[in-house]
Amino acid sequence: MKFFKLILVTYLLCWAGPGLPEQVYHTKDSFLAMAFPGGQPNTGVVWLTSQRKLDAEELLGHSPSELRIRYWSLNGRSAWILDKIGKEQPITIGVIVEDAKVEGVEILVYRESRGGEVRHDFFKKQFEGAQLIDNIDLDRNIDGISGATLSVNAVTNVTKWALYLHKQILE
Amino acid sequence: MELNRTAIAAAVAATVLANVANATQDEIQALKQQLEQQQAQLDALTDALESNRNSGSDGWWADTSFGGYAELHYNNINSQQSSKDTVELDLHRFVLFFGHRFNDKVSFFSELEVEHTVAGEGKNGEVEVEQAFIKYQYADNHSAKAGVFLVPVGILNEVHEPDTFYGVERNNVEKNIIPTTWWEGGVMASGEMFTGVSYDASVSSGLYLDAADGDFKVRDGRQKASEANATDMAYTARIVWNGMPGVQVGFTGQYNTDLLQGDVVGSVKDVDALLLETHVDLRKGPIGLRALYATWDIDSALDDIAAGASEQTGWYVEPSYKFSEKVGVFARYSQWDNQAADDDVDSNYEQMDVGINYWLVDTVALKADVQKTNEPGNTKEGFNLGIGWSF
Repeated sequence: MKFFKLILVTYLLCWAGPGLPEQVYHTKDSFLAMAFPGGQPNTGVVWLTSQRKLDAEELLGHSPSELRIRYWSLNGRSAWILDKIGKEQPITIGVIVEDAKVEGVEILVYRESRGGEVRHDFFKKQFEGAQLIDNIDLDRNIDGISGATLSVNAVTNVTKWALYLHKQILE
Repeated sequence: MELNRTAIAAAVAATVLANVANATQDEIQALKQQLEQQQAQLDALTDALESNRNSGSDGWWADTSFGGYAELHYNNINSQQSSKDTVELDLHRFVLFFGHRFNDKVSFFSELEVEHTVAGEGKNGEVEVEQAFIKYQYADNHSAKAGVFLVPVGILNEVHEPDTFYGVERNNVEKNIIPTTWWEGGVMASGEMFTGVSYDASVSSGLYLDAADGDFKVRDGRQKASEANATDMAYTARIVWNGMPGVQVGFTGQYNTDLLQGDVVGSVKDVDALLLETHVDLRKGPIGLRALYATWDIDSALDDIAAGASEQTGWYVEPSYKFSEKVGVFARYSQWDNQAADDDVDSNYEQMDVGINYWLVDTVALKADVQKTNEPGNTKEGFNLGIGWSF
């Protein structure tokens, strides 16, 4: 009987079909097509000055190692593709900003072992329309997901950082 | 004659101006080209610099992760029976995580823990490998694990970094009934069936009670994957609903085929056991609520080892409120009983905790709480202070 249980479980483990490579939910191109349905965006960079790196520590939780951040923009709308580690591995997150408000947040690639629920619409919708207050906080509370706190924090921090960077390109 | 002079002067001036204008245009063009060249050089330099800065991340270590957590506790508990007083300071847990990602599908994760600082013969502490498994991502949102893993049950068993929960000490229901921290060796499949609905199913080593020595509490049965008796396995299934922000509802069932792992103690043998657990974990804005119920339905033969031990049950409810990102308060009422099948046995515990967490940063928490515990034949009161962190 125990042997049959083992066989059954082994079968269930193998049953789910052929493997797919990784948790890629959007490519860069598909995200940008979603962000700019009306045309081809321009590209630009924001140089990370020492002040901006200091601000990143508050907003993002760490100072980025890059010298500059690339972005895409068209008609006052900007799009950002940024990596942030939740617990172990970087999550690639896309943020679309217009009029200093979040137009949308997307998970492009998820690599963490737990917390993938952040990719679901019920979570991402909380960010729509969010603004940065005093260059530090979102204007709203983001309800978390139990057991996925670090991924939730990563998405929240990246969203704040993208709102801040959007302000930098307007100045 | 005068007119001719003026015309000549105007012509000369126009020629000079035209030459100047041409020269300015040429200069602007040259400057523009120079600027473009310099921009290209700057871009190339920045690319090279960024590439050099990242070149150290090309090795195997780029896919290797490291983390950990720790918690220091001060307990000051007075007891009606003064022999049970506790006044102590303890680095309760010091934990290191190591993980490695072999490729997009295969990864390794581990948790190595030192409890109570010093381990060894006659020492208080223990060195424990609580997790060490290979995870295989065999399809989008579905994976399998093989190795030593945390049993998928309750709120704290899998997520127990001290900055993620209220109270200096972990709650006693999950400690004495579930029993957290609980890990087993075996295989487990996990994944997401529908949006927000995830599952886990495992076949693993089971609990082993040394009944000949009088063990009957499920916590005493943890084998910790240390030369674990695997005569009789355990089968676990969990469903979790995370379908809206801030709300989690979980159900776990585990069937142990024999808590005695084939031992026969007097007439006691073949002691199968079923654990059922359910919980909710809510956090909407500043308001939080955790509630959990867990019960073991064990073969009545175990009552011959300890009266009433065939049912071991507990529950708690823990409302909380966060005044800000930094400060939160909580209250928790808990009740548990490891001999619940016999009302004549005085074996029920109840505990009230009230306390505060102050987060220095997201993952560093200072904690303080007061507690009162009514246990069989005794009452304990006191306070606890602690600091816990993870990274």
